[in-house]
Amino acid sequence: MQELIKAKAIELLENGTVDRVLGWKTGEFFYDLTPAVFTSREEIEKDFVYSVFSGANLSKYLVKESRKDGKVAAFLKPCDTYSFNQLLKEHRIWRDHVHVVGIACDGMCDMEKIRAYGAKGVLSVERDGDTLKLETLYGPMTMNKADAEAERCICCKSRKLVAYDEKIGEDGDVIENSGRFDMVAKLEAMTPDERYAFWQGELSKCIRCNACRNVCPACTCEKCVFDNPKSGIAQKAAVNSFEESMYHIIRAFHVASRCTDCGECSRVCPQNIPLHLLNRKFIKDINELYGEYQSGADLETRPPLMNFTQEDCEPSVVYERGGKQA
Amino acid sequence: MKQLALSKLNELFAAMAAQQQLYIPADKGGQAQFLPYVDGMELTKSLNTARSAKDLFFPQTEDIVGFQVKGTEITIEETRDPGAPFVVFGVRACDARSFEILDRVFLSDPVDTFYETRRTNGTVVTLACTRPEETCFCGAFGIDPANPGGDAAAWMAGETLYLKANTKKGEKLLSSLPLLADCDDNAVETVQAEIHAITEKLPLNKLDLTGFDGDHLMEHFNNPAWSKLSESCLGCGTCTFVCPTCQCYDVRDFDTGHGVRRFRCWDSCMYSDFTMMAHGTNRPTQKERFRQRFMHKLVYFPSNNDGIYGCVGCGRCLAKCPISMNIVKVAKTLGEGTK
Amino acid sequence: MQVNNEFKPTIVAFCCNWCSYAGADLSGTNRLNYPANVKIIRVPCSCRVNPMFILRAFQRGADGVIICGCHPGDCHYTTGNYYARRRMTLLFSMLDYLGIEKGRTRVEWVSAAEGAKFAATMNEFVETVTKLGENKRLEDLRCKN
Repeated sequence: MQELIKAKAIELLENGTVDRVLGWKTGEFFYDLTPAVFTSREEIEKDFVYSVFSGANLSKYLVKESRKDGKVAAFLKPCDTYSFNQLLKEHRIWRDHVHVVGIACDGMCDMEKIRAYGAKGVLSVERDGDTLKLETLYGPMTMNKADAEAERCICCKSRKLVAYDEKIGEDGDVIENSGRFDMVAKLEAMTPDERYAFWQGELSKCIRCNACRNVCPACTCEKCVFDNPKSGIAQKAAVNSFEESMYHIIRAFHVASRCTDCGECSRVCPQNIPLHLLNRKFIKDINELYGEYQSGADLETRPPLMNFTQEDCEPSVVYERGGKQA
Repeated sequence: MKQLALSKLNELFAAMAAQQQLYIPADKGGQAQFLPYVDGMELTKSLNTARSAKDLFFPQTEDIVGFQVKGTEITIEETRDPGAPFVVFGVRACDARSFEILDRVFLSDPVDTFYETRRTNGTVVTLACTRPEETCFCGAFGIDPANPGGDAAAWMAGETLYLKANTKKGEKLLSSLPLLADCDDNAVETVQAEIHAITEKLPLNKLDLTGFDGDHLMEHFNNPAWSKLSESCLGCGTCTFVCPTCQCYDVRDFDTGHGVRRFRCWDSCMYSDFTMMAHGTNRPTQKERFRQRFMHKLVYFPSNNDGIYGCVGCGRCLAKCPISMNIVKVAKTLGEGTK
Repeated sequence: MQVNNEFKPTIVAFCCNWCSYAGADLSGTNRLNYPANVKIIRVPCSCRVNPMFILRAFQRGADGVIICGCHPGDCHYTTGNYYARRRMTLLFSMLDYLGIEKGRTRVEWVSAAEGAKFAATMNEFVETVTKLGENKRLEDLRCKN
């Protein structure tokens, strides 16, 4: 797969289709890939990597890259194409300046999970079908790829490429019953006290590094309200429990009905807060109250929060249907 | 040197906690962090905490002063935490070195009294790293994880915990714990040799830092590689907030509706409003902000502080950066420029 | 739950200029009673209410927040309250998900002619919030005296 992608990247550059290629660059180890722009055959041959650690969603970089002169090729995994579509819908990407190569994906791995599995001092990771061969400071070991898969990939919503100019590999399907709302449902079944304790435990870990916001393809405001000192709520640090709750509620609300559930927020969180559970709650509610909706699936449908029907339920519906009460 | 059976570790913690507040690295919410000791709490199996030990001396936010407004009267309130003696156990060698770096900033004139109080109150008990991770590169800064420093150092070897005092404060703590037995000073030599055998194999431990000094300042500053290095930086504050040596802070006022709480909080040079002042022309793009962070650690700090780098090689930024761009990649890329 | 009769909750009511705000006026001119601890904030439309307003009200000491707008179909701007309806439904559901008591937030449609409904709604809401007690889960300790 990697060789096909590299060959395609070189071909696109050399036949003049594009001037730049957006991809993943090799790091010190096999897992620490950095999104990067490549401009020559040499760079691609030397540094371009597509592996189970190419988790970073490249679509948000296109907001900036597509505004530059010339054309950029971007390699997008299925879930990245949803983000790409959503950004197109919001007129954040100049479509004419982008050549999208859709690439098949069968689940990305998460280094944290490999470490949690018991691997210490991992020097290299090689994939062999369904197993991963690890070389560590303390000797070699193998593990199933499934055990190393990122949470968002275990309950992947779709392997379908929803936007591309050309594709490499087989296009997949939307996955029904992915089980991605299971944890949300589990939380809803708790008592309010349990839910409150769960969320305070998670949100109190927040250090307000803003990584979740900065990586989020739905967060593309030129100036975030939390960065604007005149808003009265700009804070650089997690000061008390209220600040953390407010930041995360407002952020989740702002991307509600635009979030494609790509899972980048949870991937980047240095404190491992399950932020996707906030977004998925909104998605689940929207699906149940206003009909199934997957943002980024197409370019036409109106996002549910920018739409209404006269027959919509009243907000009081929450009193009856919301989570369990004491 | 003192020794204790590892099976009695919790008795040791209980004895320390009976004297003063004790913090140990324990697992909570899926990762290790320094937590106030409570009975039965277990030492984490992780190599290091997600956030550094800096938090205990320079917390992310702290109140400086408060103002109460009643009508036309303003009263000033003391909101300073008076502090009490505490012990932090299980600090790794890298974090222990970070205190020396922070001391140079906060304890030089004018002295930061908030930090000073905590440093006076705190006793640091370090713990040797028997199983370093691949992201560790403390060796590049001359730190020896087999000799972790602090007020007292601890080693775990087999079924025994060894403790050795390095300062008067450490001596006072150890001598106050009767359950510790005396032992020979060379008891830890084997475990130290084992640690050294592993650090030899660490891939980043021999990071070459020649040329990172004041003499090459402009060369590094004007290196064209900065654009490439910073191109995918998200501008989040992860690296600065998990870093044990980042010490920049902002002072802010919070309007409580009936007064003001003036507090300070960590700031990050990766943020667009960092050092924003009246002129409004602070570092305009992410490239400059990114450059500032690494220039500060690798060039400005050593040239102002007798060659001591503002990095301790703990590897947190390597593990946590959302896009895996980090100080090792920067140092290697820039290093090529001065060769 | 223990009912504290001494406790007087602070209620913030966001009222649409074109209906509920006038409804509040009408209940006043009709000499209908509603508790004095309801603080009314006039907004041009119920859809002007940003989720941040609600959280900020709680931060600054509100124990309950109610949004009053025109009946669906009667919006001065034709469709504002329809959008507000969806937004508030999702926001309230999220607050519930985070473990915050769901009785603390409410939306009611009150027209300019419904002075009696306004007073009744407020009386009932104050009673509900009084039963829930002080807002502890969305408070900002710094704002306490």
